[in-house]
Amino acid sequence: MTQIVKERVRAFIVENFLFGDASQAPADDESLIENDVVDSTGVLELVAFIEDGFNLSMADGDIVPANLDTLERIAAFVSARAAAAVAAE
Amino acid sequence: MRYERFLADNARLDGGRTALVAGGKRLTYAELDDLSDRLAAGLAAAGVRRGDRVLVFMDNCWEAAVSIFAALKAGAIFAVINASTKTDKFAYILANCTPSAILTQAKIAPVALEACAATGRMPFIAATAGRGALPEGTASFAALLETRGAPPAHGGIDVDLAMLIYTSGSTGRPKGVMMTHRNMDAASESITGLLDNRPDDVILSVLPLAFNYGLYQLLMAVRVGATLVLEKSFAFPQAVFQRMREENVTGFPLVPTISAIILQMRDVEPGFLPSLRYITNTAATLPPAHIARLRTLFPQARIFSMYGLTESKRCTFLPPEELDRRPDSVGIAIPNTEVFVVDGEGKPVPPGVVGELVVRGPHVMQGYWGNEEATAQMLRPGPNPWERLLHTGDLFRADEDGFLYFIARKDDIIKTRGEKVAPKEVEAVLLAHPGIGDAVVFGVPDPVLGHAIGAMIVRSDPALTANDVARHCAARLEDFMVPKTIEFRAELPKTDTGKVSRRLAAETMEPAE
Repeated sequence: MTQIVKERVRAFIVENFLFGDASQAPADDESLIENDVVDSTGVLELVAFIEDGFNLSMADGDIVPANLDTLERIAAFVSARAAAAVAAE
Repeated sequence: MRYERFLADNARLDGGRTALVAGGKRLTYAELDDLSDRLAAGLAAAGVRRGDRVLVFMDNCWEAAVSIFAALKAGAIFAVINASTKTDKFAYILANCTPSAILTQAKIAPVALEACAATGRMPFIAATAGRGALPEGTASFAALLETRGAPPAHGGIDVDLAMLIYTSGSTGRPKGVMMTHRNMDAASESITGLLDNRPDDVILSVLPLAFNYGLYQLLMAVRVGATLVLEKSFAFPQAVFQRMREENVTGFPLVPTISAIILQMRDVEPGFLPSLRYITNTAATLPPAHIARLRTLFPQARIFSMYGLTESKRCTFLPPEELDRRPDSVGIAIPNTEVFVVDGEGKPVPPGVVGELVVRGPHVMQGYWGNEEATAQMLRPGPNPWERLLHTGDLFRADEDGFLYFIARKDDIIKTRGEKVAPKEVEAVLLAHPGIGDAVVFGVPDPVLGHAIGAMIVRSDPALTANDVARHCAARLEDFMVPKTIEFRAELPKTDTGKVSRRLAAETMEPAE
């Protein structure tokens, strides 16, 4: 699950923020903000993509570096949410 | 008085007070003063002399604040360059102001080095360390901070230039706005006065130091002995708000894009930042709906709607008690300055009539570095032989009480995320692509950005995609200049006289999804 999430988010980032240039794609543990891949309006687009793409809803408090600043953290966040949703059913 | 005196005076008065919080680092006034003394001595040892230019090519980090004051203490003129500037533009700035030193960060130093190689100039370059080794050809910034000795006795006085601020020009080439120490003193005195800034203020800024509104947060904090909390971006609003609560932030400068992001937040409760005393907005008019929401969220904060341009720092402010009566006004002249609305011949027009805003006062720039033609367009003779008035190029009207309302720009400059973008600068980059035959760039209204950059393009290479175009631009332009929406056409929209029309292009652009 984590790997699939990571690849989908990576593809979105490459397409939307790097305009298709996969050679510039960030490594799994590289900060998206520090490396200027995503800016403040980019985060809004990223959140919209995650909400639509993985059918979850993010509270303001979820939109923090611990959940979103690297591909690894995004994948971990989405996977944890999906697991929680399954457990709740 | 020279501006670095404010730092030295506050260090002497209360050196233990916090001056700066940035990226986990806290500097007291004594430390900021001492570090900038050492760096100034290091710059002097590296050959920087009175009147030399020093580029500070950094993002919002503590080293940038140290560099700014060090350049002044060395008798030099600093220019903060946006960290996302690409090689071509950097090379233009290098050739324009011929700096003798560049202070930068390892991660972006290659841009400066490539630009130096391209222009054949090799100033002294020092870089802060990144993850790896320092790039070849750069000195260690950390080592410079270890320099012993006092700053040089350069003999500079306060009518000397203190800084250049590069701003987008309608011709497509950046222009270096020249400000003396006196200009900075006058502007910061006026604004800190109207905001009632005090030593116990804690100001949080996410605005780049390369942007004059961001830069002045540092200058004004140091003037009054307040604390500046510097953040690199507003990407994670909750993290920024958390920091604001931890630091008991009292002042929060905004641009409309930031308030638009706050407006989109779902879980913020009124009063969630109880220590906030004031909010300022400039760069573009805050829509009345934003003002209403901000007032609900921050009931105890005074909201200052302002208007300004780099060439005079700030021009007008709306006293907060007028917000109910005139929410869409940007107010009246800031203290100790004057503004008038004039007709095409420079004569004041009556209330209600639209004309160009003209600014008079000690905050008005000295001109553009090395660009007398552009200077002569903006600065025109005033009522006295010793002064020049700033013709802003912005159209305004005044109401019966003298309160001002922004109408439009006279030229076609686009305001996006609070930054000015000259369409010609973007078009020049587009037309340099071999697959593009013709292109026109314009602003597209956008709820968050104010205006987004739109481009309409005639391809000469049918295989060219919008991503190809955006990638080409991203490699050459600062991030905020890269077109957000790109449309291919067989031909560009033209007026009846056959001129390519930005207005028609904007009107006929397919709406974004």
